[in-house]
Amino acid sequence: MDTRLEKIVKVLQEKAGATYEEFRGEVHVFINVGQIVDALTFLRDEHQFSLLSAMTAVDYWPQENPRFHIIYQLTSLTQNLSIQLRIPVNGSQLKVPTATRVFEVANWREREIMDMFGIEFEDHPDPRRILMPEDWEGHPLRKDYPLGYEEPQFTFNFDEIDVRKPYAKE
Amino acid sequence: MGVEEKLGDMGVVTTTLETAVNWARTNAMWPMLFGLACCAIEMMSAQAANYDMSRFGMELMRPSPRQSDLMIVAGRVSRKMAPVLRRLYDQMPEPKWVIAMGDCASCGGVFNNYAIVQGVDEVVPVDVYVAGCPPRPEALIHGVVTLFEKVKGEKFADLAKA
Repeated sequence: MDTRLEKIVKVLQEKAGATYEEFRGEVHVFINVGQIVDALTFLRDEHQFSLLSAMTAVDYWPQENPRFHIIYQLTSLTQNLSIQLRIPVNGSQLKVPTATRVFEVANWREREIMDMFGIEFEDHPDPRRILMPEDWEGHPLRKDYPLGYEEPQFTFNFDEIDVRKPYAKE
Repeated sequence: MGVEEKLGDMGVVTTTLETAVNWARTNAMWPMLFGLACCAIEMMSAQAANYDMSRFGMELMRPSPRQSDLMIVAGRVSRKMAPVLRRLYDQMPEPKWVIAMGDCASCGGVFNNYAIVQGVDEVVPVDVYVAGCPPRPEALIHGVVTLFEKVKGEKFADLAKA
């Protein structure tokens, strides 16, 4: 990896006890849940990683421990560097501190993760669903959520499905 | 609904009157601009110069639901958009018709998932379904002409009872 990234990763290892993985020049650093806000603040202030390019989550079901990884992709425009922080989250403890105080843009990204995966962010200023309607139950991007929505209606089962289909009233 | 409720079934008078009223309705039916996704491009090109829908009376498309007769639902309707669609349909004055254009509006299309309404007839009552992904402008015009034939067959008695 880039020499400047090596220094940064070494500091993160000492401060936060983080492990890291490398792949073709990209660095993925694994950080614990309690230390993520400090790590983000540190990277933003000390090392000019001022852009949170992407924030998303991955579901590793049926593995429960950890089940989710939350991914923060930070970019430094002045140094032309990019680093990825990952938080392993267990299936039983779905509370993560919010990053909106560090990066304002994390507001909607965390709403999307709350909607799609069901991971709660503590002290989030606006914890509503962002993509699905408000009264929707379930979290669609989890791996145990059914993939299709309805059974295709072919000729042989047309009448059975026709009875169940919710047609609109006038 | 105006004329129908007052006349009911009076034989020869209503037959000629029905023909006249339906002729008037089909000859100047103004669609509402409801292009949501890719089918909107085909709807635009059906309205434009090469395949002209103005020949069939759809001189212009009104963006306001209060001034339109026909709603062409062109494109996929997501679950969040469905109440909006219903509200716009309710704001259209009678008589109104709906064409579900394309596969996504008819049956959910390729999107069999949590986010897309599986067929817009779960939200509004549809008169004509036009298949295609997207349907060619000629197919949309064929759907419009089919709707005209349906309107020409409408009778006062049915509308008065409804």
